[in-house]
Amino acid sequence: MATDTIKQHDAHAHDGHEHHDAGAMKIFGFWIYLMSDLVIFGTLFATFGVLANATAGGPTSQEIFELPFVLVETFLLLISSFTFGLAVLAQNAGDRGAVLKWLAVTFLLGFGFVAMEVYEFHNLIAEGYGPDRSAFLSAFFTLVGTHGLHVTFGLIWIAIMFFQISKRGLDSVTKPRMLCLSLFWHFLDIVWICVFSFVYLIGAM
Amino acid sequence: MNDSHTSHDGTSHGSHKSYTVGLILSIALTLAAFGVVMLGKFSILATAITVIVTAVVQVLVQLILFMHLEFRTQQGRESGGFFVFTAVIIGLIVGGSLWIMHHLRLNLM
Repeated sequence: MATDTIKQHDAHAHDGHEHHDAGAMKIFGFWIYLMSDLVIFGTLFATFGVLANATAGGPTSQEIFELPFVLVETFLLLISSFTFGLAVLAQNAGDRGAVLKWLAVTFLLGFGFVAMEVYEFHNLIAEGYGPDRSAFLSAFFTLVGTHGLHVTFGLIWIAIMFFQISKRGLDSVTKPRMLCLSLFWHFLDIVWICVFSFVYLIGAM
Repeated sequence: MNDSHTSHDGTSHGSHKSYTVGLILSIALTLAAFGVVMLGKFSILATAITVIVTAVVQVLVQLILFMHLEFRTQQGRESGGFFVFTAVIIGLIVGGSLWIMHHLRLNLM
């Protein structure tokens, strides 16, 4: 912090530095939000862990989980996390066109993930295995659905960023927003790692 | 560009290399976890341990290589401290819930 104070007295660096500090503060605040969101997922995982065997005569996790399907979903989200990283690198390089390109790729991958999840949920409900069937399915739909909802809001945010950057370019307003969104997107991938490991894989064993 | 690797303000980190390494490690860990379960050739215990270990390692890979969690800078220590605190809370919530409910079940039998 001492060097920050010294730098702020430097008239040449003054302007740019204040922007940096405001941006850093925004990202730190967003990080605190992410951690609180993580606690929500923690409670949902705890609920699922407690209710995983409470099938009430309904289907067990071994009967309804299709691992090859989940593997494809996982790869879509994993690769989208990587492509968002490429968008951030393009932003660091100041290449607006590349940022927009990678944002679009990330959006398509994320959309594919949500579409697959909606398809899975639709099939389960059509077979009579909706969230009302058993405590296990209630916990499953709540946990996986909350994650899917987060991804959906992430997609809306990506679409907004796409239009904002194509209109305003990369400036002190859009750059910190992009970095917050990148944290959000990577965060969703991390939650998904826990979902496929502790819900699908352990459940299918 | 110069401060993209060393900046203390959290505005930009990472390189092509760190993202690529993160992607490759994540793919390998994902395939390992799905592999042991889908092949089904290992004992329940060995399979469960593999899934849990690969999950923890993959979360760390993404936190460090994608989200740039680190404790070297002031900014990093503040964010990292929040993360550690959150991890402790989640450990208490998940571990505590499973522990209490397991005992409840045993007592009701």
